[in-house]
Order: sequence, then C-alpha cells, then structure tokens
Amino acid sequence: MNGLLAVADLRGDPRRRAHDRRMRRLLGGSALVTIVISALILFVLARGTLDFLRSIGWDFGILRDLNKAPGWFPRRERFDLLTIFTGSVIMGMIAMLVAVPLGLGTAVYLSEFAPSKVRKILKPIVEVLAGIPSVIVGYFALKFIAPNIVNPIFSPDQPRNMLVSGLAIGVLVVPIMASISEDALRAVPSSLREASYGIGARKSTTTIRIVIPAAVSGIVAAFIIATSRAIGETMVAAMAGGRDGSGPRTLNPLEPGLTMTAAMTNAAGGTDQVNAGAPFQVLFFVGLLLFMMTMTLNVIGDRFVQRVRQQY
Amino acid sequence: MANESNESPVFAVKELSVKYGEFRAVRDVTLDIREHEITAFIGPSGCGKTTVLRCLNRMNDFIDSAKVEGLIEYHGVDLYDSDVNPNEVRRRIGMVFQKPNPFPKSIFDNVAYGPRLVGKMSKSDLNDLVEKSLRRAALWDEVKDRLKASALGLSGGQQQRLCIARCIAVEPDVILMDEPCSALDPIATTRIEDLMQEIKKDYTIIIVTHNMQQAARVSDRTAFFTTEVNTQSDRRTGVMVEFDLTQKIFSVPSDERTEAYVTGRFG
Repeated sequence: MNGLLAVADLRGDPRRRAHDRRMRRLLGGSALVTIVISALILFVLARGTLDFLRSIGWDFGILRDLNKAPGWFPRRERFDLLTIFTGSVIMGMIAMLVAVPLGLGTAVYLSEFAPSKVRKILKPIVEVLAGIPSVIVGYFALKFIAPNIVNPIFSPDQPRNMLVSGLAIGVLVVPIMASISEDALRAVPSSLREASYGIGARKSTTTIRIVIPAAVSGIVAAFIIATSRAIGETMVAAMAGGRDGSGPRTLNPLEPGLTMTAAMTNAAGGTDQVNAGAPFQVLFFVGLLLFMMTMTLNVIGDRFVQRVRQQY
Repeated sequence: MANESNESPVFAVKELSVKYGEFRAVRDVTLDIREHEITAFIGPSGCGKTTVLRCLNRMNDFIDSAKVEGLIEYHGVDLYDSDVNPNEVRRRIGMVFQKPNPFPKSIFDNVAYGPRLVGKMSKSDLNDLVEKSLRRAALWDEVKDRLKASALGLSGGQQQRLCIARCIAVEPDVILMDEPCSALDPIATTRIEDLMQEIKKDYTIIIVTHNMQQAARVSDRTAFFTTEVNTQSDRRTGVMVEFDLTQKIFSVPSDERTEAYVTGRFG
C-alpha cells in the first residue's frame, strides 16, 4: 500500500453502523422494560403497604396480639402475622429436610459416581422435573402423599396438613437443589480429584474430603436458593396445607397451616376475598415482606455462587 | 550413577499398549525401571509418554475408554491383576502432576491428607511426619511459620514442592512426575531438579518431560518416544523408540530418530 490512509478509508459502511445503533437501542429498550416492571411491582407493594399501615393506624401490635389466640383472619381484621410466618417456616423446613438429602445425593451421584451414559439420561430428567407446574405437584400431594404416606403413618386429624404440604414443596425444590449443587461439584477441577487419587484415596473419601468441601459455597448457595423457592412456593401450600385460616396453632406439622403465600392467595381470590380496606391492603404488606425475604435469600445465594466462580 | 546390576527391577513393562476406544495411543513399550534411579520419558507431544506414566499407577482407570494391553509388573506383581486394589497401588506409587494441584486447604492439611487416610495417628507423630515431609521437599523453612495458611497462597514453585511433600508423606516407593516443571519458572525448576537428585536415594523416580535438557540433567536412564502416523487413518500412535542410559541417548543413540530429536532436528 502506498501513502497514508485517510480516516474515511477506515470509517466503514455508515448504514451498518446505523443498524448497529438501532439494534443496541432495541435490546437496551427490552432490558429497560424488565427493570421498569420490577420497579413497578415494588412500587405497588410499597404503596399498598403504606395504605395498610395507615389504615391500622401504624399499630404494629395488631400484627402479634398476645392477648388473643393466634390466627390469621383478615376479614375480622385479625392480622396475626406470626401465624402465617410460622406456617411458612415450618413448611419450608420440612421441604428442605426432603430437598437437601435428595438433592445433594442426586448431585453427588451425577457429578462423581454416575457413568457418563447414565448421567446423560438422568441430568435432563432432573431438569425437566424443575419445570413441572407446581399445581401438578399440589395434586400429587393431595392424591398420593396424603393418602398413601402421611395418613397411614401418622394418622393426622386432617388429611391436609403442613407435613403433606411441606413434603410436596420439598419434592418441588429437589431439582433446584440438585442442579445448582451439581454445577458446583462439577466446577471443582479434576486436578484436585487426581491429586487425591494419586495419594491412594478412594473415590468416596475423595468426594467427602476434597470435592464437597471445595464446592461448599456452591452447595450453600443451592440451599439458600432452594429455601427461597420453598418459602415462595404458593400453589402446593394453598392446595395441601389445609387452608386453615387460624394458621398453625402449634408447631405440630400434622396440624393444618397457612403460609404467607397461601394467605395471599386467599386474600386475592379465595375465601378471604375482600376488595378494600385493611383486609385487602394487607395483601401488599405480606407480599412486600415475602418479596424482601426471598430477595435477601437470593442475594446471599448469589454471593456464594460468585465465590465458587472466583475460587478456581 | 547407573550400575548394570542384576537386582530385580521396580517395574518390568512388557509389550505395553494402550487404546482409547478404537484409537491406539501408544504401543510396544518394553522397559525396566530400576530402583533409586531417575528414569526420564521424552518425546514430542502425543507420543504417549504421559499415557504410559499413568498406566504405572493405574491413573488411567478413571478414563472409561482406556484399555491397557501387555504386562506391567511391579516388584513381580501384575499391576492389572483383578485382585490388585488400585488405591493400594497409588499409595505406593505416588504422582506429581503437571500443574501444581494443592488442595484448597491449609499447608499442613495438604501434607497430612495422605497419612490421615491410612489411619489414626497421634497428633505429635503427625506433626513430625508433616515437618519431615516438608523438609524433604525443601519447603519447610519457607512455610514453617504459616502451616495453617492456605496452600493456594504459595507461589507456583512452592505449590509444586508442597505437592511433592504431600506425595512423600505417605512414604511411597515410586514417585511419578508428569512434567512437574512445565508450569514453573527456571529458578523454581532448578529447585525441583535439585530436590529430585536429593530424594532419589530413597525413591525411584520416573519423570515425563518436554525439556530435553532437563532429562539430560536429572535422569539416569531415558526412554525416547515418538509418533508414527498411520497413512490410512491419519491417526498418530506413540511408540517407544529407544531406552538406554541417558548419557548414551544424548551422545550416541542407536536409533536415528532419537538422534534427530535430541540434536533438535525434529520435534
């Protein structure tokens, strides 16, 4: 090439550059819409919460009145938050008692023990399971878990109770627990496994002493995200939890109980339907609490996932 | 250095051949590894030297498709006999890898990992063993004040010496080294090489290396591998060309392919 270039020679086709700009605006626009929608949800929840708090006269005592028996009866203006909070916690705990051993066991098997052929079949099945609509799991709880497992063994007073619902929620979150834990286990470099085998360690020893400890932050993340999902689960809790407005009277999981989510469903369209005033506005308040709880858990979970990424 | 004694070899490899599925990675390897010697495997990439090394402590077991043919005798025992427990094998035949791979644990716990596998040991015995192993690996003075610190905070060369300490803490008989210096700078490399010379009186060492000078510097015997291309399938298969005293391989090799390689005309 002879001589110097002019800037114009390197400018390229202006039409292509314009096309690039349009593309960027379009995609940026869709991202913006997502953010705006999230912000709107938060705004609506916050506004409803303010209305609610105003209509109960900022009397937080009403949220846990120790002089009355526990119970969640929004139409009678009984907003005993502790009742439904306890319901969520009990069912969430039962769910995690199911999801942790099953999910972690599946993850360890898939990542460390399964021959590649088995893994190729099993992994997609686990992932399909994660996509099952929760109403189906709710039905499974009513038609299978309650009559065939819980009732014969524990013979509870009510066929729908927190144990049935908690077990079903556990089934629902097993795939999340399994999938995120498995990713964490597989992210452990094979050089560490080789180092352990190279000293004469057996596979089970290597898994327990090297692989799982190295993946622990990812496993904790899986636990937190699955917990968040279990607490946020609505359909199963509403279908199988017993819908007992009084909420859990005791900590006994064989009692019927109401979760925060199921309480909201009731308020929005079910038995507790009302259209105005505090009994209606409380829905936003519970929604905001739920939103903040799951968001906090997800943020903490994400932190742990980030740590896994940085480690190696 | 190397004396042509009649004592029985540590490894007697006969007609070893390894396939990955249908693909033959290396064939016709026959050699004896002698006690307290350093044996080097050299040759171009893909010649099968690492594959052969990994057969010696059954690390190839983890590759589903790998199939080992021929015979490897370790002190007279067929290593691939169905009664042989690969974990027992690996306890006696340790391995140091290409990339330093300390566990994400403390320096102390890295070295103590192997001894703890074997069984209960009193705390003071374990402390002594960790110190002894770190001293042998010429790392003690650098880490004695921070045994509880993470091994991942060490430099690459220190990490590799830690891996050697971890390996010798189980008191193996043989140490296999798979290009142990390829990720290290020249100073760290020199330290590892000095270390090998120092510990060879206690261990039998086999080292795979890309670096011919390294093989010439450290080893007593050298096996030269190369690749042969199958003109029909265009697949490369590794073959062992020559195995002899290192001095001879680098001065008067008997095969012209060895000569071409060591004089830098090929590879």
